[in-house]
Amino acid sequence: MVENNRWGNFFAHLVLIIGVAIVIFPVYVAIIASTHPPGTFIRGVMPLLPGPNALENYKTVIFEGRSRAGTPPISGMLWNSFVMAMAITIGKLSISLLSAFAIVYFRFPFRIFFFWIIFLTLMLPVEVRILPTFQVVADLGMLNSFAGLSIPLIASATATFLFRQFFMTVPEELMEAARVDGAGPMKFFKDILLPLSITNIAALFVIMFIYGWNQYLWPLLITTDPEYYTIVMGIQRMVTGGDSEPLWHLVMATVVLAALPPILVILFMQRLFVKGLTETEK
Amino acid sequence: MQTKRMTFSSSWLPYALLAPQVIITLIFFIWPASQALYQSLLRQDIFGLRTEFVWFANFERLFADPLYLNSMKVTFWFSVGTTLLSMSIALLFAVMVNRMIRSRDSYTTFLVWPYAVAPAIAGVLWWFIFNPSIGIMPYVLDGFGYNWNHRSSGTDAMIMVIIAAAWKQISYNFLFFLAGLQSIPHSLIEAAAIDGASRFKRFWTIVFPLLSPITFFLMVVNIVYAMFDTFGVIHATTEGGPSQATNILVYKVYRDGFVNLNLGSSAAQSVILMAIVVALTVAQFRYIERRVNY
Repeated sequence: MVENNRWGNFFAHLVLIIGVAIVIFPVYVAIIASTHPPGTFIRGVMPLLPGPNALENYKTVIFEGRSRAGTPPISGMLWNSFVMAMAITIGKLSISLLSAFAIVYFRFPFRIFFFWIIFLTLMLPVEVRILPTFQVVADLGMLNSFAGLSIPLIASATATFLFRQFFMTVPEELMEAARVDGAGPMKFFKDILLPLSITNIAALFVIMFIYGWNQYLWPLLITTDPEYYTIVMGIQRMVTGGDSEPLWHLVMATVVLAALPPILVILFMQRLFVKGLTETEK
Repeated sequence: MQTKRMTFSSSWLPYALLAPQVIITLIFFIWPASQALYQSLLRQDIFGLRTEFVWFANFERLFADPLYLNSMKVTFWFSVGTTLLSMSIALLFAVMVNRMIRSRDSYTTFLVWPYAVAPAIAGVLWWFIFNPSIGIMPYVLDGFGYNWNHRSSGTDAMIMVIIAAAWKQISYNFLFFLAGLQSIPHSLIEAAAIDGASRFKRFWTIVFPLLSPITFFLMVVNIVYAMFDTFGVIHATTEGGPSQATNILVYKVYRDGFVNLNLGSSAAQSVILMAIVVALTVAQFRYIERRVNY
């Protein structure tokens, strides 16, 4: 029996409470800043208590934008981010499920070769092949389009591996039974494998959605038309797009709105999130 | 590599199933990567009229370029700083949370959500806190007699981007450390306690060595994160400045390729980065091979 030290526990709680406070602090500051009128930020150090302008600021960024600095209202950007995140998530999940199914349930020439091609994607993050990938997308005429925003990002080795791993644990008998009953491969996939994988799919969905929503470099490269700006990259335009100092109250309102959706996804689906995170990375 | 004992037979179906992923991989991954390899051996004149095959001259020039060497140094310190800071804080939190019984889940909830914040947003948040004229940290530091200014001081800028990058990564490290701690058999710790080992000693001689595989894994993941995923942190805040102090390799590839339009050099830098990713991926997979030890 390990001793239960009262002071030790007190100390642990203290460390954690201070730690949590530090972790939350930047977002707290952002929320506070987004509730103040513009004048506050000219007068020196930023306040730590909420101001009276919350509704107005959020209304401005969502519906009006700042026409002078060339940033459109962010309702459009939020929508773009959502569409992009969903397209990436659904695309990744479907192509990974299909290819994992092929790799586990079929024997065919060049199987290992294809597996290695998929594996290679792990080693080639967008950041290291920026320019040539941009050229390919430009040649295909996919700049400034949702297809260009999402399709190049949907190949995923990790999702394929995870599903392969999971399919290997599905009992052989299920497939034998399905075959005896005369089910073809696609019927088996649709009626047996997919329902069994639903937790894994949901867990990956959480991870992929966050990944898609938070894309930054890629949208930055291939969108020049504000119509296709996503929210995360739009913030950078707001910060540097103005004259000297950014309009902090509006920037922070945008930051809050940009960070909120993925944070809510994590908070409401914590269990799935943890499962997805710890299983994809291993 | 295995399949199921019994498999479906079809001459075309498996290829059709693999097609979407393989085609996307070929078009958007393999082809651009090979282009980068090829372009890294070429040199274009400023107007893009003439292209010349120069073998490894681009690489030679890079390694003789003080700006590039500086960028490597910056990347090194940035990765080491981010990795150490976020892993040590995460380990501290994980050890503390692991002691808790009733409050474990609530603390976890409070600590996991920064994972969802995009690196660029994390950068902007800390940039605001450290803003020299209105930020809260310079105000506090001023009280201690330190004059913070990340617009002129390279060290200040570096500290700021490290904090921003590490902050976002704490949740990830925390979750993995916590999972690692929970998989350590309680009997080991009890045995040590019976033998009279203090709490501190139990941690360093039993818990920490048992965590070493996960620590190694997290180190690789964090270095990859710091080197490649933090583009947003830099781009949205310091833009590599002041005077190259935060110009990490990934940001430099982007600038040389898109802003300065130096194709050959940018491609050569991409190739070097690819080599680094390959090395790190191999390291990561060796971890998986011998995950079970002791």
